[in-house]
Amino acid sequence: MSLLQVKNLKTYFYTDDGVLKAVDEISYNLREGETLGLVGESGCGKSVSALSLLRLIPYPPGRIMGGEAIFEGKDLLKISEEEIRHIRGNKIAMVFQEPMTSLNPVLTIGFQIGEALELHRGFDRKGARQEVIRLLRMVGIPDAERRIDDYPHQFSGGMRQRVMIAMALSCNPKLLIADEPTTAVDVTIQAQLLEVIKELTSRLGTAVILITHNLGVVARYVNRMAVMYAGRIVEIGPSKEIYRQPRHPYTIGLLASVPRLDQPRKARLIPIEGQPPDLIHLPPGCPFVPRCIHRMDRCFTERPELREVGPDHRIACWVDIHSV
Amino acid sequence: MVNDILIEAKDLSVYFPVTKGIIRQRRIAEIKAVDAVSFFIRRGETLGLVGESGCGKTTLGRTLMQLIRPSSGEVFFEGENLCRLKEDELRPIRQRMQIIFQDPFDSLDPRMSAGEIVAEPLRVHQKIKGKRLREQVGELFKVVGLDPAMSGRYPHQFSGGQRQRLGIARAIAIRPKFIVCDEPISALDVSIQAQIINLLEDLQTEFNLTYLFIAHDLSVVRHISHRVAVMYLGKIVEIADRDALYRSAKHPYTIALLSAVPIPDPYVESTRERIILKGEPPSPMALPPGCNFHPRCPIGVEVCQREIPLLREVEENHWVACHLV
Repeated sequence: MSLLQVKNLKTYFYTDDGVLKAVDEISYNLREGETLGLVGESGCGKSVSALSLLRLIPYPPGRIMGGEAIFEGKDLLKISEEEIRHIRGNKIAMVFQEPMTSLNPVLTIGFQIGEALELHRGFDRKGARQEVIRLLRMVGIPDAERRIDDYPHQFSGGMRQRVMIAMALSCNPKLLIADEPTTAVDVTIQAQLLEVIKELTSRLGTAVILITHNLGVVARYVNRMAVMYAGRIVEIGPSKEIYRQPRHPYTIGLLASVPRLDQPRKARLIPIEGQPPDLIHLPPGCPFVPRCIHRMDRCFTERPELREVGPDHRIACWVDIHSV
Repeated sequence: MVNDILIEAKDLSVYFPVTKGIIRQRRIAEIKAVDAVSFFIRRGETLGLVGESGCGKTTLGRTLMQLIRPSSGEVFFEGENLCRLKEDELRPIRQRMQIIFQDPFDSLDPRMSAGEIVAEPLRVHQKIKGKRLREQVGELFKVVGLDPAMSGRYPHQFSGGQRQRLGIARAIAIRPKFIVCDEPISALDVSIQAQIINLLEDLQTEFNLTYLFIAHDLSVVRHISHRVAVMYLGKIVEIADRDALYRSAKHPYTIALLSAVPIPDPYVESTRERIILKGEPPSPMALPPGCNFHPRCPIGVEVCQREIPLLREVEENHWVACHLV
């Protein structure tokens, strides 16, 4: 069953240099309990699209220009401020890249998690404390009874991110949005954190939108993935299918450009040539056209929409790679 | 190039004092950022240096260049002991060693045009000026794949990848022999990383450069390095030829590190067993007795808690610091 349906979501930023189309009509479905990967490079709109769902776009300069996001029968983009506040942190929770920016440095961890429990789940002070200890244990923080009274700076980066995960899961959300949750930590800690997220969300039946630029992380933790480029989804489908047979030239280029430890070392890497797109001055047709090795005349003038190329597998591209 | 050593570190240590108090600063502890490290890099070779944040890899790179003076130990560059030289004696040697930084946003002066940024080392070190300077700057732009017509622009007008190309042009301007590449691609987009790696490889061949390539991405390090050293809490725990290290890593930390790298392929990942290390690295201010890695080591025994393992050659050119190897 569908938990979230995003249709033609558009978020623009009005800057001094012009209108920046950060998210330019993206659509996708998320099923209950599913993990969807939003993949792409910096500036492709993956974070902004997720923040738009919770209406966390600073205005000005940002503005949600249109589209809908149906979550449990309600359009997140149209409900009242009061209603969205009940959804944030409660039914939809977020974990960000840098936990220190989302934790209050002068309040104890126990207070910060407990506050949400009292607010959203009706715990009293004492009950909340017990629940926080249970949550901290659940995410693997040793010595939780003592650490509950510590302040954020007394935790390491990895432990702080565990605190954020505990906080995010404290209200049993239906959806967890994890925005580059492991980009700021080391590989060995990254592995620990992702295992915690995977284990807990599958146990609690929480759907996850995992935002990342790391193609390896997507491969291990995601059922379906959407590849974004210049504010648009250019390829979406089951991750096994996309890794086995990527169909959009950008996805193909991306997968081919990273060296892989499980394969023999290549004499030379094959990069995607050219520069990342300038989001204020996008070409009229396909945004990838300046860097695409398969481009045709049509790509310069007409924007390709998503079309089906396999079971549940869609790409936004005029070229059919299999016939090239 | 077989045995021609360009740069060598012997028993190199860098300790940073930890002080308390504002007026009378008392020394309360020491951070052993680099602790008795020895290794060499051959001419024309790339030594990859991997390790997690805080392991001392950046400090080690800067100490080789004498940007940080070591607490003890020696650095030999083309046979000369740099640690004995005074600042003014180092200046001519610094022309032969350069550094490329992680974040080209931070390392380029925002008020200088791209052309001036690349021209500066030529002006300062080699007193080149006028038309010849402009020609050489234009040539350098072409070498790193930038359009010389862009030389009037300022750093913020370039993309991340182009800025890194500028940083590289500046580093190679005075024809150094040795370059410390300190996480040169970590801040770049995935699609741009391969461009910069290819450029660094081309420049190495063209100018016979020697690299210390510092990174935390083990797949990239395998691609670019001839030999690889792994650091953990200030010490080199394993150093070997690239293929030997990736095919048969011996130190339990290296093995765990390799196992933690996710492979971009769901089929491979679904069948792969991974070693997930427990715990986190201890604070460098309060290192455990014995082997630094023993609190997290999956195979540690009693002796590891008492004795510091020394780096030993366990196979030809393959050095490991572990009691159990």
